[in-house]
Amino acid sequence: MRKAYLDHIAATPLHPEVLESMLPFLKENHGNPQSLHSSGQVALKALENAREQVAELINAQPSEIYFTSSGSESNNFAIKGFALAQKSRGNQVIVSAVEHQSVLHSAQSLEKMGKTSIQLPVDKFGLVNPEDLKKALTPETILVSIMLANGEVGTIQPIVEIADFCKEKGILFHTDAVAAAGNIPVDVQDLGVDALSLAGNQFYGPKGSAALYVKKGKRILPFIDGGIQESGRRAGTEDVAGIVGLGRAAELAREHMQTRAEKAVLLRDTLLLGLPERVKNVIVTGHPEKRLPFHASFCIEYVEGEAMLLNLDMNGISASSGSACTSRALKASHVLLAMGIDQTLAQGSLVFSFLEENTMEDIEYLLDVFPPIIDRLRQMSPIYPGNL
Amino acid sequence: MIYSDKVMDHFQNPRNVGAITDADGVGKVGNPVCGDMMEFHIKVKDNRITDVKFKTFGCGAAIAVSSIVSEMAMGKTLDEAMKISNSQVAEELGGLPKNKLHCSNLGADALHAAIENYRDIAKGVVKDEPPKEVKESEECSCPYCEETLDEEKGYCKGCHIELVDCPECGEPINKKVDECLHCGATKIRV
Repeated sequence: MRKAYLDHIAATPLHPEVLESMLPFLKENHGNPQSLHSSGQVALKALENAREQVAELINAQPSEIYFTSSGSESNNFAIKGFALAQKSRGNQVIVSAVEHQSVLHSAQSLEKMGKTSIQLPVDKFGLVNPEDLKKALTPETILVSIMLANGEVGTIQPIVEIADFCKEKGILFHTDAVAAAGNIPVDVQDLGVDALSLAGNQFYGPKGSAALYVKKGKRILPFIDGGIQESGRRAGTEDVAGIVGLGRAAELAREHMQTRAEKAVLLRDTLLLGLPERVKNVIVTGHPEKRLPFHASFCIEYVEGEAMLLNLDMNGISASSGSACTSRALKASHVLLAMGIDQTLAQGSLVFSFLEENTMEDIEYLLDVFPPIIDRLRQMSPIYPGNL
Repeated sequence: MIYSDKVMDHFQNPRNVGAITDADGVGKVGNPVCGDMMEFHIKVKDNRITDVKFKTFGCGAAIAVSSIVSEMAMGKTLDEAMKISNSQVAEELGGLPKNKLHCSNLGADALHAAIENYRDIAKGVVKDEPPKEVKESEECSCPYCEETLDEEKGYCKGCHIELVDCPECGEPINKKVDECLHCGATKIRV
């Protein structure tokens, strides 16, 4: 059976060269970077080399990069670390309604610690309106966190405009760039952000290896108290192999970003046009142009996401959905609901996201296999008007 | 795969899909919040179910549950069919993932709603037409003993436990446990 892995946003595979770079640190180079002996120093050198590679990917200084274990950790670190370091200046944190759960729940945790938080609405494409931010700001606002690109609908936010405005008001600004970094150009100087989260498993690096950029001079509380690792802000023996892999993946991403994106855009646009052409009552979710190059997302009316995913999987196709049934909490995607998509339609959410090895044949295969699946499930659906 | 072989079999080859144009009873249940809707049609002769058809909008578990419920109900007397319980349905399928157990509730509910509709028609309570309103099945029974919860939603008279709403999905759960049967959320009280 043909296989097509179309779930970049869940995790990319490890690039063979990334794996190659990691192996010595899983085998002979087992030293702890904090040890003085030569084995430790080999590890330290590799760690600092990776820091440079990651810094270069986003045009930062190596000293501004803190390694973490996941994009979620980076988001927790930024939001809690910034907000709690700003104790005397104010109380309010502003996020958007379509943020990753790690941002939304971090903001909720802050509420338990006496802070307040508000969620900015988005339009039908998932875009935040910077004017809404201007209206929401109060003298109490200490931190704003808006994602760069959304993993569920692919929409890219107007970060420069938002960051500029925050800078003008002296408010810290963090962006969750997990879905974007390594895939589209991300330059912290151009963006003007104070902190930025990225994760290796979004650009062919290892899972469990991520980073937070914190602009030099911005005060942030340690996320893990303990030793001196990561300048005392994130204690714990470093995952040297993972970090080395993250660094190599960042280097490869810089090298191949443009060719990867150009190829992905062709696949994306073929699917974004092709599926609604072949199947009625399919809507594209997210912004038609301001979207990630490797990302195509839809809501298929009258059918439920998990049932489609299972059928696609039986045909060798891996994809994602934001339907309630595919989530452990049995709630439809907060992103789709925030975009004004109704509960029932949101159940038919499907996300296809491409890897560098995907080809046009994969898309053609999907376009062949998928319409009969939808048709079969619709025939079974009590809400399909074709059945009335 | 998250499902048992039997669930996958019923999902891939669902039995009794469709509608009965001259059905004797129709039951519709749905929970738009969690995204499942089921519609059961039955034919009844001499107090016995002679045909069952269903349509389901929902996940793999919801489709498999509808299919197995239709098989379980076929040929049974109405009283026997009314006794098909949620736990029997899940058991018959070789188990369901914890956060999918609510789908098994829906299947039995939809069948029972169709039987009730038939009985109401027979009693002349309703006219001979299928219910227009979709019956909301959520939050109506105790997740532990299936006792119907009336206004006193905070207490189950069947198993005498205090119930609170799960903060994740809003379904009732035992105040004293920290895991939701409905959505599988754990460590509910922090």
